[in-house]
Amino acid sequence: MMTGEDEDALLIAGRALRSRLLLGTGGFPSLELMSEAIAASGSELVTVALRRVDPAARGSLIDVLSGAGVQLLPNTAGCRTARDAVLTAKLAREAFATDWIKLEVIGDEDTLLPDAPELLRAAEELVDEGFTVLPYTTDDPVLARRLVDVGCPAVMPLGSPIGSGMGIRNPYNIGLIRESVTVPVVLDAGVGTASDAALAMELGCDAVMAASAISRAQDPVRMARAMRHAVRAGRLAYTAGRIPRRHYARASTPDEGLPDF
Amino acid sequence: MIVNGERSEIPAGETVAAVLRRLGLEANTRGVAVAIDGEVLPRACWETFALPRDARVEVLTAMQGG
Repeated sequence: MMTGEDEDALLIAGRALRSRLLLGTGGFPSLELMSEAIAASGSELVTVALRRVDPAARGSLIDVLSGAGVQLLPNTAGCRTARDAVLTAKLAREAFATDWIKLEVIGDEDTLLPDAPELLRAAEELVDEGFTVLPYTTDDPVLARRLVDVGCPAVMPLGSPIGSGMGIRNPYNIGLIRESVTVPVVLDAGVGTASDAALAMELGCDAVMAASAISRAQDPVRMARAMRHAVRAGRLAYTAGRIPRRHYARASTPDEGLPDF
Repeated sequence: MIVNGERSEIPAGETVAAVLRRLGLEANTRGVAVAIDGEVLPRACWETFALPRDARVEVLTAMQGG
């Protein structure tokens, strides 16, 4: 049950998060804007990627995120094989001192859709290595269940391709995933605007991850605020229990006492 | 050896810490990880591990993403 205005906490692998909005740090035009958007979003868990050191880079992303007081969720973005993803995860653990990993194994250049067999292989290996694996997966309920079976404490199905802003293309499948696993479901990828995030939560997702929708909005800080409210609204609506859809109208005003003119 | 995809003049036998210094990084810089020939080299070994002649060194850090 909800307490007052506040959301119930999200629990992933024993870690409680007050915010059900996860934020990607990719795509922000500056670290300053990213920092402001993080604050506006209320997010406590933000993703970072691992790339070659650029000696010319200005400002430390780690310092900014550390200052924002958020927990890091390193990802394996850009990995095409289980082998590369596993190595990247191990390097991320070394770099950021966390065994949490958002596992991405990409199988197609145009759609950036996950490579299911490689993803499952990498997930199993990383779980065995002691990682807390949050897999970015397709909206396939069977694959989601397989990922949970190998030990993933949450699944992150896509709404539509990364950065596409197409929202949730198959709400039915997202609903099926919600029914088929008991771990948290985090809607990842495809969110374009606030209503997409609200829909994800109304479908029963436990959280929403947004990156481009915020970082590439015309006003990222304002969109971060919109997403924060949308996720809360969607969660409240889901737990409130919506009315069933009906084919015909049902009057909300009673007929009793209707005058006879 | 190859450091982050580029041929380097660093002689064999140098430590990872020396490579990091050339990249402008201190050995205690946060958020850095090193792979040698496709294997993680733990931070504890950076001052001692002597790089072989043809080592492929990857020095990685946090980047905005995801």
